[in-house]
Amino acid sequence: MTTPKIRIRGLKKSFGDKTVLDGVDLDVMPGTAMVVIGGSGTGKSVLIKSILGLVTPDAGSIEIDGENVLTARRARARQLRGQIGMLFQNGALFDSMTVWENVAFALLAERKIRRSQARDKAVSVLATVGLAENVADLSPAELSGGMQKRVALARAIAAEPAIMFFDEPTTGLDPIMGAVIDELIVDCVKRLGSTSIAITHDMASAQRIGDEAAMLFDGKIVWSGPARGLLASDNPYVDQFTHGRSAGPIKMALRR
Amino acid sequence: MNTLLNGVGAVGAMVLDGLAWLGALAIFAGRGVFCLFRPPYYPRLVGRSLLEIGFFSLPVVALTALFTGMVLALQSYTGFSRFNAESAIASVVVLSVTRELGPVLAGLMVSGRAGAAMAAELGTMRVTDQIDALSTLSTDPMQYLVAPRLLAGVIAMPLLVVVADILGVLGGFIVATLRLGFNPSTYLVNTFANLRVEDVASGLIKACVFGFVIALLGCFNGYRSRGGAQGVGAATTSAVVSASILILALDYVLTQVLFAK
Repeated sequence: MTTPKIRIRGLKKSFGDKTVLDGVDLDVMPGTAMVVIGGSGTGKSVLIKSILGLVTPDAGSIEIDGENVLTARRARARQLRGQIGMLFQNGALFDSMTVWENVAFALLAERKIRRSQARDKAVSVLATVGLAENVADLSPAELSGGMQKRVALARAIAAEPAIMFFDEPTTGLDPIMGAVIDELIVDCVKRLGSTSIAITHDMASAQRIGDEAAMLFDGKIVWSGPARGLLASDNPYVDQFTHGRSAGPIKMALRR
Repeated sequence: MNTLLNGVGAVGAMVLDGLAWLGALAIFAGRGVFCLFRPPYYPRLVGRSLLEIGFFSLPVVALTALFTGMVLALQSYTGFSRFNAESAIASVVVLSVTRELGPVLAGLMVSGRAGAAMAAELGTMRVTDQIDALSTLSTDPMQYLVAPRLLAGVIAMPLLVVVADILGVLGGFIVATLRLGFNPSTYLVNTFANLRVEDVASGLIKACVFGFVIALLGCFNGYRSRGGAQGVGAATTSAVVSASILILALDYVLTQVLFAK
């Protein structure tokens, strides 16, 4: 049996007296595209931020390539996490830099290329997400939301990461642009042969980009299975969520 | 009884919050300084921060120092002429400016200009996930964002204070000679007669410390900001307020240490 690329066991995280993750178990096999679905505030972001090391979990283990990054030595943990490329929800482009400097950032940071070659490399990466050279010297603020997302995707894939995370890749985009971004994501992940985790509450998007799916509710994974089966699942949580019903086992807390 | 206890509890909570804040600040400062001594280094970013803190603060610092020197000469004249000690004015101006007013006023102005800008920039980067994005791109945000600013603060402030010292003395000279009728060469001789190296040096040491404090609190508050535009605004305010208070408090401590008899 192959080792999962990412293996999470009993992951817990609370903020104050609010428990966000309450024992999450999740396996992502190499080369698999996993989508994690769940309502707003169910801890989807906290889950991937824990894997990235941006949030320190209270308990549990996170293994990348079979090594627990929470107990590994700092340098080793950084190395393991260095394989991860991340597409942030709002792009998180560096607004003090041009588009090409954003895209080439990781390559320059890792000293993989020299500054003089960086722009050419960035332009070729931009081409893979369907952007022409003339955007390379613009600043991110001059781009539309869809284009910013593409640039952010280009930045995430520039270092050809073995693992990719997508945080609500289609949120805030129109349906067509959402579909275009999804297509680019599938394209990039397949081309690089990466393992990926996407978090989303957009069902159409989840089915387009995911092989496997898992549903996070109340800090736990309540269902997992093939992404194709999302709409036809007999799990009451998944059923209510994917069909967007207000009645069902998930009670929305209207007041906190 | 209960209200009394509530009051005590509130004071206790405030003290604990303050201590937690100081502890977090100390850890942040330690990490920032540690990052300065290990690669990768970012000379380009240090240069940009130097420009931002040093060069672009020149006009405000210069004007502040000039007017301070002018008003010092005027004020000490009205005071000293009452007991015929006008000849001390040159010394009073140069000693006040180099030892105290140069570093402190420059510190307060730079904190309002550059410290606030740092807090706003880092705060915005925090709330738009740009700081998180840095860590996902194999870059330590402390090393990339904080360390260069700390270094630039420590380098830029003494340079600004040299300018402030010169313009402060010039301001006093202008008022003394043009307005109060002093002989220019006598005034200059009096200026340097009682000036010692440690007067200027102590001011420059203060400037280094203030530069560090300004950059540290600008970065610290920005780095920790939460919750959108409002959070960034609050971070900016507290960067300036906390840096200003620390500058004034440390000014006393440093004067005590440097001139302890």
